[in-house]
Amino acid sequence: MTTQHVSVTVNGAVREADVEPRLLLVHLLRDVFGLTGTHTGCDTSNCGACTVHVNGESAKSCTMLAVQANGASITTIEGMEQGGKLHPLQQAFWDQHGLQCGFCTPGMIMQSAWLLGTNPDPTDHDVREGIAGNLCRCTGYVNIVKAIQQAAAELRASEPEGAGAASA
Amino acid sequence: MIPGQFEYVRPGSLDEALRILRDREGEAKILSGGYSLLPLLKLRLAQPALLVDLQAVGGLDGIARTDDDWRIGGRATHRRILEHDGLAAEWPIIRDTAGGIGDPQVRNWGTIGGSCAHADPGSDWPAVVLALRGSFTCRSAGGERTLAARGFFLDTFQTAIDATEVLTEVRLPHAPGRTGSAYVKLERRAGDFATVGVAAVLTLDDSGRIASAGIGLTAVAETPFAATDAEAALVGVVAHDEAFGVAGGIAAGQARPTSDSHGPAEYKLAMVREITARALRLAASRAHGTA
Repeated sequence: MTTQHVSVTVNGAVREADVEPRLLLVHLLRDVFGLTGTHTGCDTSNCGACTVHVNGESAKSCTMLAVQANGASITTIEGMEQGGKLHPLQQAFWDQHGLQCGFCTPGMIMQSAWLLGTNPDPTDHDVREGIAGNLCRCTGYVNIVKAIQQAAAELRASEPEGAGAASA
Repeated sequence: MIPGQFEYVRPGSLDEALRILRDREGEAKILSGGYSLLPLLKLRLAQPALLVDLQAVGGLDGIARTDDDWRIGGRATHRRILEHDGLAAEWPIIRDTAGGIGDPQVRNWGTIGGSCAHADPGSDWPAVVLALRGSFTCRSAGGERTLAARGFFLDTFQTAIDATEVLTEVRLPHAPGRTGSAYVKLERRAGDFATVGVAAVLTLDDSGRIASAGIGLTAVAETPFAATDAEAALVGVVAHDEAFGVAGGIAAGQARPTSDSHGPAEYKLAMVREITARALRLAASRAHGTA
């Protein structure tokens, strides 16, 4: 089978590979690039564990081909920490016990980051709607919602008035 | 789950895409958002030789209001449609439907044209386009044609689109005065495929009688379909709950559900009766301006 060349920017760094067109994006990230922070859960686009950002939009990377992402800019959980400091969402999941086994957490945080980019000041209901595509079997979601709200408050406080995520 | 092998191309224009479809007739499958097609590829229920990705084809994702109708680009995502205030103001059914499809990630990528062309009987958009008596614009290298939604859905995963065509636009009429519309979906859990979905639109005359009715049903036959007998029974009748209950029973008479993980066929028929009545009640209350 012939392969196709893909070039993607992952967490700010250009990465390239020759892949079969049938390779899923999640497998490109995990198996080819070694970025195993993105998890494969259900592999049927239900659970959201594989959520990453593709050109700024959250996507389930088990339901996108690597070749579809050719040329795109991708952010994974590995790209959230900056300069040795956890992203406010990562810190908030820690502070609020927003995880138990942690399997869903990378996808949950990536979807939360997308949500706060489109809605910086969500109600608890907005948060629950926003993570409706991400399943957690441990927490019952209560502490996840608390964590997202903690991060939302912190991110709002750190943004200058009128600026911010609305442009995402 | 690993899909079977295929080739992949990403044409940069609609003309180029249409040339490929013509030259590789029968071998190619169009890839839009991928949220319907990729699961089928992974299950190997679909094994096309070539995927034609439309992501680089511009001009297919707009939503435009013309004097005659609404024109929704085939590649408009569920999210873009959900967030369109003008469309929602005229057709509340659109926001009912878009907001209930999958989850935010699915709505970020899945498209209305992909959903309609895919023709899964459990997808929500087809029932809406049927109820509103909309149409689909299909383009091939040889030209363009417009196909009425009624007659478009031939069988499970089969439509009247030719293998050389792309579904470029969904057209919906403008809502006449005193019109209400609603989509009510029964699902086992949030974001699931419908157990039963009912799209209802009612236009009332000055005396409160029903001047026209549209009812589209999701997931209770081998294709989405219009409950034409129930529509006919409603015309000329004063809009009230009893009539809606009767219409639900008539709609169930046209449904052919199968027993599956969503429930036994008998239960689904009961739900067609109830959900149809609920969708009609909500449409009527919106037509009266009370919802």
